[in-house]
Amino acid sequence: MWKVDAIADGRAGMTEKPSPQYLDWLRRERRGRLAVRASQLALLAVFLVLWEVLPKAQIINPLFTSYPSALWPTFLDLLKETPQQAGILTHTWATVGATVIGFTAAMVLGTLAAAVLWWWNDLYKVLDPYLVVANAMPKTAFVPIFYIWLGATLSIYAMSLAISLLITILVIYNGFTGIDPNRIKLARTFGATKRQILAKVVLPGSVPTLIAALKVNAGLSLVGVVVGEFQSANLGLGYLIQYGSQIFKLNIVMTAITILAIVSSLMYLAISAIEAAVMRRR
Amino acid sequence: MESSPACTPPKVELRDVNLRYFGLTGETEALRDVSLAVAPSEFVAIIGQSGCGKSTLLSLISGILQPTGGTVLIDGSAVKGPSRKVGYMLQQDYLFEWRTILDNAVLGAEIQGADMRRARERASEYLTRYGLGQFLHHLPRQLSGGMRQRVALARTLTTEPDVVLLDEPFSALDSQTRLALADEVGEILRREGKTAILVTHDIGEAISMAERVVVLSRRPGQVKSNHVIRFASAGAARPTPLAARSTPEFNVYFNTLWRELEVHVEG
Repeated sequence: MWKVDAIADGRAGMTEKPSPQYLDWLRRERRGRLAVRASQLALLAVFLVLWEVLPKAQIINPLFTSYPSALWPTFLDLLKETPQQAGILTHTWATVGATVIGFTAAMVLGTLAAAVLWWWNDLYKVLDPYLVVANAMPKTAFVPIFYIWLGATLSIYAMSLAISLLITILVIYNGFTGIDPNRIKLARTFGATKRQILAKVVLPGSVPTLIAALKVNAGLSLVGVVVGEFQSANLGLGYLIQYGSQIFKLNIVMTAITILAIVSSLMYLAISAIEAAVMRRR
Repeated sequence: MESSPACTPPKVELRDVNLRYFGLTGETEALRDVSLAVAPSEFVAIIGQSGCGKSTLLSLISGILQPTGGTVLIDGSAVKGPSRKVGYMLQQDYLFEWRTILDNAVLGAEIQGADMRRARERASEYLTRYGLGQFLHHLPRQLSGGMRQRVALARTLTTEPDVVLLDEPFSALDSQTRLALADEVGEILRREGKTAILVTHDIGEAISMAERVVVLSRRPGQVKSNHVIRFASAGAARPTPLAARSTPEFNVYFNTLWRELEVHVEG
């Protein structure tokens, strides 16, 4: 009576033996994907070659740009700890640590704040214009103030949080209110309390939103930390960039920026892995 | 044998129920002076055009909405909020995609704080009976529309309600699945002796499933007429919904109800 197996299996109609046409299609598909990968790598190679060749040919001033082949020796040089200067790995860890703390705090506080606003809808109505304006503000304007208020270390966390928290609240709150009202109606027909609706419908239903917020957040927190370090730190990649530019050693600046690029790529990969693991359940 | 609904105390009763929705641009009168009594184990269908307040009526009986006037009674006592005696099947299954089939089926029991071991047993039993035994630990997206709606039925029945409200529960399904599932659900509810109130705009569905069809007028919804449905030609026992569709009475009822609904289109 019911075509139960065919539907649930999801592989109904799949043929045992692939046809030649299918194999051909697969081959073309694979070739297409390879071409995209190759183009991506070629683009990176062209960029690096231009960056290396143009300054060496004195077409652009190497003092302003450094060049890729100088990065590795600079990196090795910066690895050494001196009494005046920490090693580059210590700088990197300082930045990464502050970023992780920053976005973890933004996620936790942002989710909490969104839940509070969801719970007391009137509060949201009152705060709405302020949240929107606060989010639109250029938060980096607060760097000097945070430094005065909070000192060298805390101001970095504060900056990271300031940049990422408001957008997190807004994104997650929108996710909460975007839950299909019929799902809430369903829970209510069973007599669900507000707390049960939050715990069993709204929060688990917002997991995709939470992951989207996490993605936005990781990048923003890193921005906040680096900007904070410009002003207040004697440690961290932001500090290193600032220091390098002050003594006009672009080798140091470019090395620090390259490490930042690697750090943000790794963070993106980690979050993508979390996303894949969570979404496999859905 | 057959008792008239008027003789037994009603399971569900609406007394002069009024409902108005308020909005900044004005108020809408959804229901006006609706009175209706449903006997225990009776299967009543309510038909009417879209926007006539059919779904509102079910929300009132389920207690998630309070009437602006009048009373809703279940077993003689006024409905103050959602009651365990009432189960509600919505237009779509609204299964939670992050829960397995079994975990979806026990959602109601979980919210009501029931004994979860028993609830799980009961839910597995229902699901197995509906041919979903091998999918207990699958996720909803792996199931077809008809299968998902049967999970929704199991979710409703696991809370052991006396009254089951059905808000066009088959409207999202394709026509074949729809007929087959209506047949199945009708039989299940009858066998379990549930009081059922089905809201639909499908005249055929109403006649084939219900013992009584109530016609609701256009907004503001008022009870326009009551039709007791009997299939004398099919013998003493009530035919299944699918078999009922091929009786001569079916066509007679269909034409009568069709005319009643059509009056509204003109007037």
